[in-house]
Amino acid sequence: MTNEEVDEIILLLHREHGYDFSNYSPASFKRRVLRVIALNRIANFYDLKFALVNDKKFAGHFVQEITVNVTEMFRDPQFFSALSSRVLPTLASYPSIKIWHAGCSTGEEVYSLAILLHEAGLLKRSRIYATDINTAALEKAKKGIIDVRLVKEYTQSYIKTGGKNDFSSYYTARYDNAIIKKELRESVVFSQHNLVVDGAFNEFQLICCRNVLIYFNRVLQNRVLNLFYNSLAPLGFMGLGIKEAILFADIKNKFDAVDNTVKIFRRKD
Amino acid sequence: MIETKKIVAIGGSAGSLPVVLQILQTISPNFIIPIVIVLHRLKNTPSELDKIVSITRSDLKLKEPDDKEPVYPGYIYIAPANYHLLVEADKCFSLDYSEPVQYSRPSIDVTFESMAAVYGADLSAILLSGANNDGMEGITRVIEKGGKAIVQSPVTSEYPVMPAAAIRKNPAAFVCTPVEIIGYLEQLNPF
Repeated sequence: MTNEEVDEIILLLHREHGYDFSNYSPASFKRRVLRVIALNRIANFYDLKFALVNDKKFAGHFVQEITVNVTEMFRDPQFFSALSSRVLPTLASYPSIKIWHAGCSTGEEVYSLAILLHEAGLLKRSRIYATDINTAALEKAKKGIIDVRLVKEYTQSYIKTGGKNDFSSYYTARYDNAIIKKELRESVVFSQHNLVVDGAFNEFQLICCRNVLIYFNRVLQNRVLNLFYNSLAPLGFMGLGIKEAILFADIKNKFDAVDNTVKIFRRKD
Repeated sequence: MIETKKIVAIGGSAGSLPVVLQILQTISPNFIIPIVIVLHRLKNTPSELDKIVSITRSDLKLKEPDDKEPVYPGYIYIAPANYHLLVEADKCFSLDYSEPVQYSRPSIDVTFESMAAVYGADLSAILLSGANNDGMEGITRVIEKGGKAIVQSPVTSEYPVMPAAAIRKNPAAFVCTPVEIIGYLEQLNPF
């Protein structure tokens, strides 16, 4: 598939379905398109275009598949332990804590964060707003169901973050699934939000958006970082993926680095 | 700043670290062509970079790239653990946390393919020892785009499966010993 054909798909998705992928990182976006073509056994570019125009259900499916929904609990334990030691003590001084988890996918990192808040005694006065563009992922996230085969790995990551309890106290195992405990699930509000077009909807003391900006080009990264800045309370915190930088954004000087190795920043004023 | 259009990509899996270290220990301090290294490694372990830095020379500019960081001459980049590493048409790195490819993330195929698309004939891709099939498709893309494809000879590889698979699929690839690979890199540098 040529780059021009990818551009045509982007144009078509915008025109027919209102999703604008024009500022996604081209190399990874193209990989996503090729992946969906292979998974759905689409013979060629024209068949893809035809299906995207004429088959509404397929187009919806295509958009869900094109966004990356790979996630895990306590990914990068050093990020979560830095959050515990350097951010949560400050959040504890607020009577009520509002957190935005942007690009939450199927919710694994949201529940990881909820566990940290619980262990810091902050969960009861915290409200986590978790958003994603992908409604199918959000539906899954709401249910709080994780594959029981992944529990062992998540337990190890949890221990590496310095977790205080037995990880099994946070879920109920049932057949092939582990279901996140109700008190954790109830602390989260899931809703759809598209970082490409949607604006600020509240003011937060902490925004987490990890491994989402990597799929955007610098133009869109800049827009989203401005949105986060405007959605943060003064001196609010922002946690990104450990390989994501704010260096290329026009507002980089409005943030202080709290921990530059795990990419935790703080709004200056 | 000194300009170079060329770039080198190195992919390795099991048994490749000694060869990578050998390359890094012998490379000229004036080697201006950027090198992008993709090594398979365990996930959620701290950076392999620290280990490589501690056992190689202090005059090398080694770096794990951040997302959207430009590719600079004179630098040696190591793909960060648990991400695919791509290069965009504007010659900036792009990271990708999508599904592992051939059970690998970073995947050598992904990096080789994306660099082949951007650099074409200016790319030299080197595939080292390993025990799976990663890199095989990537080498094909490199050749298709006119780049130079080099595969470590299976007899010199601690784990020959990966290079042997790549050679079988890509008869046009050059088969080299580690010493020949180092010699090739030396003559590639304009200084």
